[in-house]
Amino acid sequence: MNLLEYFARHHREILQATLEHVWLVGIAMLLAVAVGVPLGVLVARRPWLSKPILGGANIAETIPSLALFGFLLPVPWLGDRADRLAIAALALYALLPIIRNTAAGITGVDPAIRNAARGMGMTERQILLQVELPLSFSTMLAGIRVATVLTVGIATIAAAIGAGGLGEFIFRGLAMVNNQLILAGAIPAALLALIADFLLGVCERRWQPARS
Amino acid sequence: MCDLNLVVQRGETLVLLGRSGAGKSTALKLINRMLEPTEGAVLVEGRATVESDPIELRRRIGYVIQEVGLFPHFTVEQNISLVPRLEHWPEERIRARVAELLQLVGLSEAEFLHRYPHQLSGGQRQRVGVARALAADPPMLLMDEPFGALDPLTRAEVQCEFQDLQRRLKKTIVIVTHHVAEALLLGSRIGVIDAGVLVGLHTPKDFMDATEPVTAAYIANLRMLEKLEGPG
Repeated sequence: MNLLEYFARHHREILQATLEHVWLVGIAMLLAVAVGVPLGVLVARRPWLSKPILGGANIAETIPSLALFGFLLPVPWLGDRADRLAIAALALYALLPIIRNTAAGITGVDPAIRNAARGMGMTERQILLQVELPLSFSTMLAGIRVATVLTVGIATIAAAIGAGGLGEFIFRGLAMVNNQLILAGAIPAALLALIADFLLGVCERRWQPARS
Repeated sequence: MCDLNLVVQRGETLVLLGRSGAGKSTALKLINRMLEPTEGAVLVEGRATVESDPIELRRRIGYVIQEVGLFPHFTVEQNISLVPRLEHWPEERIRARVAELLQLVGLSEAEFLHRYPHQLSGGQRQRVGVARALAADPPMLLMDEPFGALDPLTRAEVQCEFQDLQRRLKKTIVIVTHHVAEALLLGSRIGVIDAGVLVGLHTPKDFMDATEPVTAAYIANLRMLEKLEGPG
């Protein structure tokens, strides 16, 4: 039985697993953006916080993913459900590039523009929302893009704790020494990563701020 | 900077002249409370800046800086209407005001309203910058090297237009520059600042007869340029 036939016969399960995968990554990314962007702003605003925040995110990044899933298992509410746990761990991995790029985008705004904004009587909040964030949007998106591609890959490991997703096929294939099964998980996962990369890349260019 | 005692008259254009780093920009930023004095006080309309709300104060003082500081992600219309929008003017009034201002600085509304700053020439950007500073009709205007980034010809053009604006609008204006010619052209009085100290304060007429070393150096510089242009 060749690979195409295998895909044709199991398309329903593969699709199901792909959707699970997208769901895991999607929710994790939403969470990571919701936490990472404010942290990035904080890093840009309060340089003395940059060491602890970026350092913390860096450490999270260095923990092997399988170990991180294990570490989070005893955490009360998180450990109750596998998908909950997987999403939390994935979000933690996605955090670093998002924080770093948000901070870089904001500190990269031309000081003359900040100066003008302040001089015209914009409040700090208005400067952030109307000037700094829009101008750093494409840098932020670049960080989100890197984080998304990373997360699509790591999410395959979530199957190890029973959170589903395309990793199911890979782990099963590994256990049964069945390459077709491994590929049934790996190929859609790779495609997902490429598609996410492409789409976010389009957005990034679309919102490239016009340089004066 | 220290010992800067100055009274700016209503409706006059005071030019602060000095080297880069002499403290001219600092003086401007003291006026709209982007900086606060460590000693003494800065009074705007009879009230110490440290007692006014900085946001409210700045919205009533137009501010133009070198390189203009237009927002690159805003159109000309959005840039000019910035302060009126912050002040929640009704949409109708904003539209009318933007049209009026574009006409005032000599830019066609149809052509420029929806352009972005990077689609403008240096001179056009400068005009938009002035229009933006005038948007909410502030009684006072602070200009930090406003024509610094322009080539000499455009600069002369924009300066002439600005002179004309000055006469029509009668705003109280403080301009910071390191160009003597600009100071003489635009100022009703010229304050010379050196190393954070006000070393001379003259009308353009007296300026040429001033004797302080720094001012004299400026005059010598000016005379040299005149000589290059030939006699007569």
